[in-house]
Amino acid sequence: MNAQVVVDWREQIFDILQTHDIRQVYHVPDAGHARLIEACQKSNSIRTVPLTTEEEGVALAAGAWLGGQRSVLLMQSSGVGNTINLMGLTKTLRFPFLTLITMRGDWGEFNSWQYPMGQGTPKVLEAMGVLLYSVEQAAEVQPTVDAAARAAFNGGLAVAVLLRQKLIGIKNFGKK
Amino acid sequence: MSKATLQPTLQRRPLVKQLLKDANDDLLVIAGLGSSNWDITEAGDRPLNMPLWGAMGAPVAMGLGLALAQPTKRVLVITGDGDMLMSLGSLATVATQQPENLAIVVLDNEKYGETGNQATHTSPRNNGPTESGAGADLSVIAKGCGIADAGIVREAGDVAQFVKDVRTKKGPIFRVVKVMVEKLEFVMPPQDGAHLKDRFRQALLGPER
Repeated sequence: MNAQVVVDWREQIFDILQTHDIRQVYHVPDAGHARLIEACQKSNSIRTVPLTTEEEGVALAAGAWLGGQRSVLLMQSSGVGNTINLMGLTKTLRFPFLTLITMRGDWGEFNSWQYPMGQGTPKVLEAMGVLLYSVEQAAEVQPTVDAAARAAFNGGLAVAVLLRQKLIGIKNFGKK
Repeated sequence: MSKATLQPTLQRRPLVKQLLKDANDDLLVIAGLGSSNWDITEAGDRPLNMPLWGAMGAPVAMGLGLALAQPTKRVLVITGDGDMLMSLGSLATVATQQPENLAIVVLDNEKYGETGNQATHTSPRNNGPTESGAGADLSVIAKGCGIADAGIVREAGDVAQFVKDVRTKKGPIFRVVKVMVEKLEFVMPPQDGAHLKDRFRQALLGPER
């Protein structure tokens, strides 16, 4: 991995989390975020918390902010639906909230069960007043996640970055 | 044991008042929506109280995020059985982190108080057509999730030790207190969430934050 000349966008995200002083990272297991999660788990400055359901991440983020720490929630589009009621906390408490979402049911998806929530993800986030950024090109990941972190922590907003399936690659379980 | 011997005798308001007695700047309190919110407010509204007016299922995870951010402060989550039942998985999430400064207290009256005292799943089974639950034991669930120090408080004689444990014992600790069903006055803190958050952060972190 060290021999790689081109820096992977997942490592760029890790660097941005450090630049913005993110101290708590919440996640569920996710193939798209796997390398980023591992980098956070190995970091000395970041506390990683595995969740049983994504909505815990919104409440954890509120608690961390009450205690003066910045956090980020890593999840998949399918998890967005689990967060919706608690996403209201970002409005009622008006605290900075950042989530990075790997998309499924979005581009070339093999599993039909992923399409409903994948297609609904941008709409439900918008309905809850979350500011949306979307990335399809690897070169756009670094500047977009950085801008999103600035909007969250300087702007005091709830912000989501959608890492589109075109960027992540199609998961096909061996099918063509 | 017969049902009669299990009728709760503890009252939530005096219990919470005792639990929060002489609260200083080292005690950070999050209360779940509804009765727990009114309980901590009746004990005395203070900036380092975060009483929730909604966000059912959030208090334990919120307490965990706060406890991890402020490891030198005592974080106390007080909520009801209905709220706790909505987020049982969060107990396993707490257990992955084993925060030594976190205490969780569930005031269990076996009812959904805010919607008209319908039975929760902690109500006994076979308790009639409208009052039956599952007999769910939240302390056993917490222990099973990996919070080793979990227990249940039923007797007035156990309250002093309970208060001491919740305030000072190495966490994470989890206590269910079986409390009476009562009709109590609403004692309301400020409702504006941004205000509650800002006053909490200013009291904890200072004005520049």
